[in-house]
Amino acid sequence: MEPLEADKDSKTINGSGELLSESAPMDKHRVPLTAGNRFARLAGIGVLLLGVVGAFLYLGAWFSPQQLTPARFVDGFERVNGIKSGFRRNHAKGVCVRGFFDSNGQGARLSKAVVFESGRVPVIGRFSLGGGDPHVTDVLNTVRGLGLQFSLPDGEQWRTAMINLPVFPFKDPQAFYDNLVASQRDPNTHQPDPAKVAAFLASHPETGGALAIIKSRAPSSGFDDAVYYSLNAFRFVNADGASSYVRWTLAPLQPYGAGASQDKNFLFDGLIASIQQHPLQWHLVITVAQPGDPTDNATIQWPEGREQVDVGTLTLDSVESEETSPARDINFDPLVLPAGMAPSNDPLLSARSAVYSQSFTRRAGEMKEPSEITPSEVRK
Amino acid sequence: MSARTTTDQQQFTGSMRFLHWLMAAMVLAMLGIGIAMVASLGDYHRLVSIHRPLGILILILVVIRFVNRSLSSLPPFPATMSPEERFAAHASEVLLYTLLLVEPLVGWGMLSAARYPIVLFGSLHLFPILPHSVMLYAVLRRTHTFLAYLLFLAFVAHFGAILFHTLIVRDGMLSRMAPWRVRAR
Repeated sequence: MEPLEADKDSKTINGSGELLSESAPMDKHRVPLTAGNRFARLAGIGVLLLGVVGAFLYLGAWFSPQQLTPARFVDGFERVNGIKSGFRRNHAKGVCVRGFFDSNGQGARLSKAVVFESGRVPVIGRFSLGGGDPHVTDVLNTVRGLGLQFSLPDGEQWRTAMINLPVFPFKDPQAFYDNLVASQRDPNTHQPDPAKVAAFLASHPETGGALAIIKSRAPSSGFDDAVYYSLNAFRFVNADGASSYVRWTLAPLQPYGAGASQDKNFLFDGLIASIQQHPLQWHLVITVAQPGDPTDNATIQWPEGREQVDVGTLTLDSVESEETSPARDINFDPLVLPAGMAPSNDPLLSARSAVYSQSFTRRAGEMKEPSEITPSEVRK
Repeated sequence: MSARTTTDQQQFTGSMRFLHWLMAAMVLAMLGIGIAMVASLGDYHRLVSIHRPLGILILILVVIRFVNRSLSSLPPFPATMSPEERFAAHASEVLLYTLLLVEPLVGWGMLSAARYPIVLFGSLHLFPILPHSVMLYAVLRRTHTFLAYLLFLAFVAHFGAILFHTLIVRDGMLSRMAPWRVRAR
């Protein structure tokens, strides 16, 4: 390009065919750049552009391959479990339910969320077993999950993903991931490497403490008599703007029974039989923290005697295979919250949201394979 | 895009320059937030909570900006620009406007197809603009990433072109869009 050449006659025609005035912004009197100066300026431009690109890629963790990202987290699940097309990367085996939540209005003093005003909101949900195998055999000790979506009258949603453990064995996402890797089953022995598991437990004393709490009570006999826990703390804000830190539990009206592991789908078949006999109900109980109670560590329980508020009753009255239920396509992201509920400072919460989203995005684009609990299994 | 010019206009109008620099800051922040949030566990939620309302704000502003541009008179290209350069400049402007319009719509559309609640702040949320389909979501989610990288590359090219004109050609091209007023020479 010869920029100064074009300037010989300032009455040049511009791109639109109009005459440029003599005062068009050009300068005829610039001293030409020396070759060295020109090169230095070009190099400067190059460095600046590379810096911009580098900063962008840095933000995207391109230069820190060891950093745990949502994609690398889900890659870990896929390495351990394989890719089961169309299924969740964790809690892959499940069945869907519908019902409603009757709020008694008691929650309104803790949170201004519309769901806690007196009245009924529709609920859709999914019971699941932990692990990435959608056809795994039901075992009493496997973690049981319940994901729920409350559809509020003003169009807001509250989604929660709960499990039947009173505490979570891992205090942050890195610990969860490290345990996932450490407890991967050996392809020959079909057992985790005991040395790796022991090493993980030795470096994570909080996990041992949480497992002791978990093992202190035998798991319930089914999905219907299990207690489900929010695990993480959340922050509630009421209409006056007052905040409180809370956890919540679903306490079953169905009496607790001790059970024994039976055939492949006994937990799901038991749930289907039970819900088809009579609607299943749980009390939603909010536990309110006292100042000083840890809100950023899901591995420890809050002390006894914390205020508990029964805010209403969840009723689940129909069950459906994943293959026909819209709940299959719901990401039970624990941070889909209505106004009046907010995350606590627990590092697991943002990580759960990020990893669930990554899992959802991957399975959304995959062919959907038949669920273990088929429509005919539900109708049996 | 019309190319009305006046013979003595040196700069884009004040409103055009204001919108340009306001949106430049917002779009750059948006690109940084976007790539950082998909790589982050701890900050993911905080960043997504900014990303959604900021994207909708950019969508609104780009419409205002396009209308404003259509109603404004434009300064001529510097005479230093060859016809090919003028074509490239015009094409890149069309590309940038298109991306700034389409990228937020794809974001809104993908959340709609997945039936995520599209929360802006508090209880304020947007209605879905596409039918419920997770396959559609998956396609749009990939499109959103692709367009974001394309937008970033278009920005780098735009930035590089203005640096080249300012530091090498030295034709005062930056002054056409400078946030301050440049007197006619």
